Amino acid sequence: MEMLRVLIVDDEPGIRLAVSRVLNGLTVLTGETLESRVGFNVETAENGKEALDAVERAEPDILLLDVKLPEVSGTDVLRQLTERRVDTVTVMITAYATLDTVIEATKLGAYDFLPKPFTPDELRVAVRRAVKHLMVRRQARRLAEEKRQVRFQFISVLGHELKAPLAAVEGYLQILKDGSAGSDPKVFAHIIDRVLARTGGMRKLIDDLLNLTRIESGRKKRDLVDLDVREVAAIAIEDAAAAAHDRGIELHLHAPPSVPMLADRGELENILNNLISNAVKYNRDDGRVDVFIGAEDGAVRIAVKDTGIGLAPDEVARLFQEFVRIKSERTRAVSGTGLGLSIVKKVAQLYGGDVTVDSQAGVGITFTVLLPVPVPAPVPVAAEDR
Amino acid sequence: MTSMEAPTRNATVLLVDDDDDFLFQHKALLERAGFSVTTAGSLREAEATEERPDVAVLDLMMENADDGFVLSYRLKKRFPGLPIIVVTAVTSETGMMFDPTSPQERAWVSADKVLSKPIRFEQLLSEIERLLGATESR
Repeated sequence: MEMLRVLIVDDEPGIRLAVSRVLNGLTVLTGETLESRVGFNVETAENGKEALDAVERAEPDILLLDVKLPEVSGTDVLRQLTERRVDTVTVMITAYATLDTVIEATKLGAYDFLPKPFTPDELRVAVRRAVKHLMVRRQARRLAEEKRQVRFQFISVLGHELKAPLAAVEGYLQILKDGSAGSDPKVFAHIIDRVLARTGGMRKLIDDLLNLTRIESGRKKRDLVDLDVREVAAIAIEDAAAAAHDRGIELHLHAPPSVPMLADRGELENILNNLISNAVKYNRDDGRVDVFIGAEDGAVRIAVKDTGIGLAPDEVARLFQEFVRIKSERTRAVSGTGLGLSIVKKVAQLYGGDVTVDSQAGVGITFTVLLPVPVPAPVPVAAEDR
Repeated sequence: MTSMEAPTRNATVLLVDDDDDFLFQHKALLERAGFSVTTAGSLREAEATEERPDVAVLDLMMENADDGFVLSYRLKKRFPGLPIIVVTAVTSETGMMFDPTSPQERAWVSADKVLSKPIRFEQLLSEIERLLGATESR
């Protein structure tokens, strides 16, 4: 059981004793399970100076602080704690709470007030409330810290992903400069192809990143128009045809003659291009990619099926994380930014939809995007029109 | 002999990295420095090498994060006394350091030298020469 440190500061020995007794026997549930009980270790101080010394030794989680103390008053203690940025939940004990005292103490960060005299029950209620507040505050801090960590990781990985192509390009320039590349035009052609591929990859990464940032910030300009998903899919397939052809991969579109939808063209292109280019990149040579477009139950369904290497369940779980590219001997030559599927997922979410993965290692993967179509508002029909 | 012609050293370097650009560039650099170079893009490819190289340069993180060390261990078993350099970007990315000269780390890092990526070619070259010199003088 976690023990919270409580410091009670009051010049009346009776109060210190009573509070200690009540709190020593008290436990508070902070969650659903019995393990989430907390108990209390009570320390006491009889004046402001002792209180500050006690805080100096160890910061209390909860501070019960009498306003009226000899020499250094409760408010002065509070002021000093605030200045020292001591992180504690403070409950002020007041015999006569003037409005001024309350305002001042609140400004200084006091969380609650307990009027004197108080019953054991009133004390318990006040402490429970303070514990709850403490837990909420801890949770908020934890989340903020996690967010900071995620951001830090993202930037570290991004730095690496941007440096890698630069290093490759510099390496090629270096061997051209010092003559290690020799004089064979075929070697030069290879180097030029690689440099273009790496700079192209870097550009794609920056584009994806900007795209993702725009979607996440909610600032992306969306232009919803009536379009035909089949047509967008057909264009995406055409775009992937050259890369597919090079490796003998067949691309097939299965769709009714037209699949109308109110959508942003760029967003649909994002989904289809990413899924289809992945299906080609991670396919085996002479494999096939099937793209299914359909409308069903108020949603447009886009499914892209490949005959590639597939994924193990633990790999599927990591698939939608940013910069995750599943590394294996067979994918090492595949270039990618690691942001494509994040984009697909975020775009799908813009439509209130989602992406699902059905994968069998060694057999292939099917990615299915379900985009709910907003129900059209009923068109009012005037009686005389009939 | 023109200046473009490489000096020959009669030594073969086995170069293993999953980064094709790194392989291409370092093969070119090492060949120009007079070495014969065999390349492999993965642990498996490297293990298929039949002839004993004179020195091996292995990337640490390939398909698995420790492939370089695993391969180093296996190559040392297969070719006793083979000098091995492991190169890795792990130090510049995580701050994690390896020092194969310390007794504790020798216990599990069987490489002779660990170099941090990005590596300077001159440094790689001088390490290779140092290790080759050490084997010859034995």
